[in-house]
Amino acid sequence: MENMTNKEYQQYAEKKIPKPTYFKNMLMAFLVGGIICTIGQLIRNWLFNSGLDEKAVAGGTSIILVFIGALLTGLGVYDKIGKIGGAGAAIPITGFSNAIVSPAMEHRTEGLIFGVASKMFIIAGPVLVYGVSSSVIVGILYLLLTKGR
Amino acid sequence: MAIKKIGLQTVKFQNPPSIISTYTIVGPKEGEGPLKDYFDYILEDDVWGQASFEKAEAKIQEETIKAAITNGNLTNQDIDYLLAGDLLNQIISSTYTARQLSIPYYGLYGACSTMTESLSLGAMLIDGGFADKVVCATSSHFSSAERQFRFPLEYGSQRNFSAQWTVTGAGATILSSTGDGPYITYATTGKIVDKGIKDATNMGAAMAPAAIDTLITHFNDTGFSPNDYDLIISGDLGRVGKAIVLDLMKKEGYDLSNLFTDCGVEIFDSEKQDTHAGGSGCACAAVVFNGYIYKEMKKGNFKRVLLMATGALHSTTINQQGESIPGIAHAITIDINKD
Repeated sequence: MENMTNKEYQQYAEKKIPKPTYFKNMLMAFLVGGIICTIGQLIRNWLFNSGLDEKAVAGGTSIILVFIGALLTGLGVYDKIGKIGGAGAAIPITGFSNAIVSPAMEHRTEGLIFGVASKMFIIAGPVLVYGVSSSVIVGILYLLLTKGR
Repeated sequence: MAIKKIGLQTVKFQNPPSIISTYTIVGPKEGEGPLKDYFDYILEDDVWGQASFEKAEAKIQEETIKAAITNGNLTNQDIDYLLAGDLLNQIISSTYTARQLSIPYYGLYGACSTMTESLSLGAMLIDGGFADKVVCATSSHFSSAERQFRFPLEYGSQRNFSAQWTVTGAGATILSSTGDGPYITYATTGKIVDKGIKDATNMGAAMAPAAIDTLITHFNDTGFSPNDYDLIISGDLGRVGKAIVLDLMKKEGYDLSNLFTDCGVEIFDSEKQDTHAGGSGCACAAVVFNGYIYKEMKKGNFKRVLLMATGALHSTTINQQGESIPGIAHAITIDINKD
């Protein structure tokens, strides 16, 4: 043990970890993500057929999916979907909803201000910060590249 | 002069303190595991009527200590010291338990090594002539640990295969200067060993080097060989850490294959209960020792056991700052005979 350097031990320990089931994970992410997106498409079609315009349909679909994600989180179901689906459950907007509602529920015990409100964004916060920042950068680049055209 | 110290890190007790009473309370999941028949009380609901997981953990620890005292036909006034610790910031579960008990209290932080840390110190207090009765206790709770160290419960994340499952429960041991055993005969205090593992989902690998260091030191200091023990059991190395200890101890010339296991491996059926690398948390070693090992020793099925609880002494803050995880392991010899 003493003649093993830290680096040698870390490489040795790495080999002792069971390998993740990559193929199964990817397949489940594809299926779960696909199912969520298909549900989104059905909602979209239904809203279109109800006579809403493109902008209202886009907003309405997001609102309904966020609601479903929040409801399933509250019912204690979304964490199970996330366990099976991985990124397939985390990337769609329902996963974003889960990332905000789950810490809000968890920290209810510390009160509405320091618990729910301040802990609500502990997971989704970084996504918002870098998501919004990168959209601003892309927007500026777009403006510069297309200026005068 | 340190007349009871032998070798580099070990104490040999002159009048080995006796374990006179134990008690364990576990959560519902632990109560479905392979060791369920050894636990004294299994909760149906891990919140136990409390307003939060932290309060529930404190109640579990408090009720465990009270029951251990009652089991020993004692009252709180008979106890000289309470030595307790847990995983939560500022060891609140233990302190809020001590608030209810009015027993002189030393709060310990050894993370998941707390059970053997408290038993080592408790045995030293008694053999040193400073106390007659000492309670050693610790607790952990899956949900309070998750929110402090990881993600909210309802967040849909996937766990690594090397990740472990924090045991919900508490264990308490009462040590006494008199009694008919089992006795604590040796205590080997561990050093911090850090081989640079930074992955907090792989605690077993982070703590294994400390376990190996303590084991080898214990054998050198006491002159024991592994075969002098019926069982050598670590606290919460899990499957990954157990495999590393077996493998590297073999390279050091110690074959532990038939007598070494880990409380975290034994407490859950990792296939059926989906606990990946096994159990962890302060309560892991505490309930397996105070439930399973103590009761089997009382029946005479184990005569001499080496219990070595293992701790990962990091915090999420220093981990995010890029620091690695320091490991520790404290070992105690528990023997049905005094010498």
